[in-house]
Amino acid sequence: MTPRFRRRTGLAAAAASPLAFGACARRPVEPPAHVSQAEIDEAMRTPTELDFWTWVPGIEKQVALFEEAYPDIKVDVTNAAQGAGHYAKIRTALRAGRGAPDVAQIEYEMVPAFTITDHLLDLRPYGAGELEDQFVEWVWAQVSGKDGEVWAIPQDTGPMGMLYRADIFEEHGIEVPETWEAFADAARALHEADPEVYLTNFPPSQGAFFAGSLWQGGADPFAGSEGPVLKVDVTSEAAQKVTEFWAGLAAEGVVSTDPDFSDQWYQAANRGKYATWLTAAWGPVFLQSTAASTSGKWRAAPLPQWESGDEVAGNWGGSTNGVFNITQHPIQAAVFAQFINTDPECTKAMATEQFLFPPTKALLEDPDFTGLELEFYGGQKVNEVFAQISATVSPDFQWPPFNDQVRADYGATVGTAIAEGGDAVAALDAWQDRIAEYAEFQGFTVEEGS
Amino acid sequence: MSTDTADSASEAPITPRIGRIAKRGRGGKGPRYARTGYLFVAPFMIAFTAMFLVPLAYAAWFSLFREQMIGGNVFVGFENYTRAFTDPQLIAGLGRVALFFLIQVPLMMALALFFALALDSALLRLSKTVRLAIFMPYAVPSVVAALMWGFLYGPDFGPIAQLADKLGATAPDFLGDLMLGSIANIVTWEFTGYNMILLYAALRAIPTELYEAAAVDGAGPWRTAWSIKIPLLRPALVLCMVFSVIGSFQLFNEPSIMRTLAPNIIVADYTPNLYAYNLAFVGQEYNYAAAVSFVLGFVIMAGSYIFMLATNRRSRS
Repeated sequence: MTPRFRRRTGLAAAAASPLAFGACARRPVEPPAHVSQAEIDEAMRTPTELDFWTWVPGIEKQVALFEEAYPDIKVDVTNAAQGAGHYAKIRTALRAGRGAPDVAQIEYEMVPAFTITDHLLDLRPYGAGELEDQFVEWVWAQVSGKDGEVWAIPQDTGPMGMLYRADIFEEHGIEVPETWEAFADAARALHEADPEVYLTNFPPSQGAFFAGSLWQGGADPFAGSEGPVLKVDVTSEAAQKVTEFWAGLAAEGVVSTDPDFSDQWYQAANRGKYATWLTAAWGPVFLQSTAASTSGKWRAAPLPQWESGDEVAGNWGGSTNGVFNITQHPIQAAVFAQFINTDPECTKAMATEQFLFPPTKALLEDPDFTGLELEFYGGQKVNEVFAQISATVSPDFQWPPFNDQVRADYGATVGTAIAEGGDAVAALDAWQDRIAEYAEFQGFTVEEGS
Repeated sequence: MSTDTADSASEAPITPRIGRIAKRGRGGKGPRYARTGYLFVAPFMIAFTAMFLVPLAYAAWFSLFREQMIGGNVFVGFENYTRAFTDPQLIAGLGRVALFFLIQVPLMMALALFFALALDSALLRLSKTVRLAIFMPYAVPSVVAALMWGFLYGPDFGPIAQLADKLGATAPDFLGDLMLGSIANIVTWEFTGYNMILLYAALRAIPTELYEAAAVDGAGPWRTAWSIKIPLLRPALVLCMVFSVIGSFQLFNEPSIMRTLAPNIIVADYTPNLYAYNLAFVGQEYNYAAAVSFVLGFVIMAGSYIFMLATNRRSRS
């Protein structure tokens, strides 16, 4: 290759870079080692506008409280889309170099997807390092980097539990199963007694549920991945245990395999096709509004356990607020993200009015929150149940830097195998292969476990 | 073209106004006319360039790179294309839409032709109402259509399943093994009316003398349809078929909506378009997605060309 040619290709690459299109593309902020209180005070008195993208309903309440506390800062809230659409828009804006928000809602599972592309601002210099004690340990682990970076501020969580139909359980003499083994027996017995009813529905394409199940089962498939090194082990013993369990019940036909959050699923939930919904802490309020006709019949309990007597849970869902390093107002953005998720009034409103399940120790112990009796659950203190579950979530669970791809591959391999009655454990290998292939294509050094 | 205009103008100025403009032209009169012409097409050309050519060129350029999460952006030439041509997921998707085309399009065209002939025969009562009723689904956005049919197909609580249940039968698994057929049904429902209108319009353009001559020769309505109408419909039929090639290979909306109902059947690479979309917005492989889109474009161009070539040959022989 001649030097001349090399220069040409270099130019070509520069021209193709999307940055070349945005002349006024913003350069990422280099986080300073420390920001003094005087600097923060000064910034918070400077008239500023912040862009905040989130799909949390009613977040205007927290924004108003923030603007009341800092009258010089104005926050524009945009609900660009939910989930995948939200991230696609953010990525496009970040690639274009402008139009991206200063602060955005990011689910825990997507935080590494934005740190790998170096788009998140480490919030430690802005005071976030001191917040650790306010949050539950496993939640804090989800937003912490390897060297103690704070990539985002937790907003809500989804420790997993079981919602069950007390009336169906009673009718068929089913005890609330405390182990998965008992759960499987109950599934067989119930379906035999009434072929129209299933103990639960396993949503085969719901990668987030499966990830939470792996979490509970003790699998941590991406543990130790860091920067350009991707460790992947979705074929571990723990992962096989979880997969075999669900594939077995699905193959026996004693659990249904309807896609969740579909029309079919909503109707089935209303008409009593499923006797339980294995869900997360955000589930109770969600179900209340989507299966209103079954009010009073539901109760909440922890998930069944793999080992009798254990108390272990996984997490499914929940979000954080992160600051993108293209922001021109890092101090204001960082203070905003911290304020709305730690200010007592803000967080209390989130927990008791917007029904976001809190990640802070204070609220999880607050009788106003835990003492709430929900009529839909026969007056049970559902928050208390989930607050106790939250304490049992393991802090050891790492997300891959390209979770959306991993999810899609899960659906195409393991999810499909379970739904179609194929060899689900063999599908774990296929899933692993797809992840490794994708990672190599993206330039990662792949280390496959087990 | 510009010389033609100039010649005719210099020989016989049509109006004084045009003549004056022509005279002001520097040197010859031709270029001035040409420039006026360009002025008229300019609004279109600007929009066409900005909204179509530039993005297309950008995407083509973009498809020659590979941006990795680790390692950044590199020029890879045609590597994305060689990958695409051997990508089993893309090939499977192309096979699926080809199968879809082979099943769905003949059925839809036969229905459209039948309805067009029936409407044209003037034997139908309420023909305007019938025409509107068949055309109506085309006015329903495909997203809405897919949602509606998704509801009808519902395995436990959909109306078809409920009806079958009442009759003591089991409804077929529309959202399972029959998925491709279920999508074909939606597309047929949507586009039969559209094709019918195209064919019907072509039928109305056939000179009535031919029918009179046929009648004189003693041809009945069936014979007229077979020997006069259908042969003369050939250009319109070819046009409809080419649209259908494009539509089939670009299948996206219907499977994309039905995906929430059957995520394990309609996987991310179900159709090539869905695959390209997921490559870009799930896998962040934007460059490769651009290459896949171009490959799909080439396949459609080749498909349409082969189809037209084949029909031309046949009409000549």
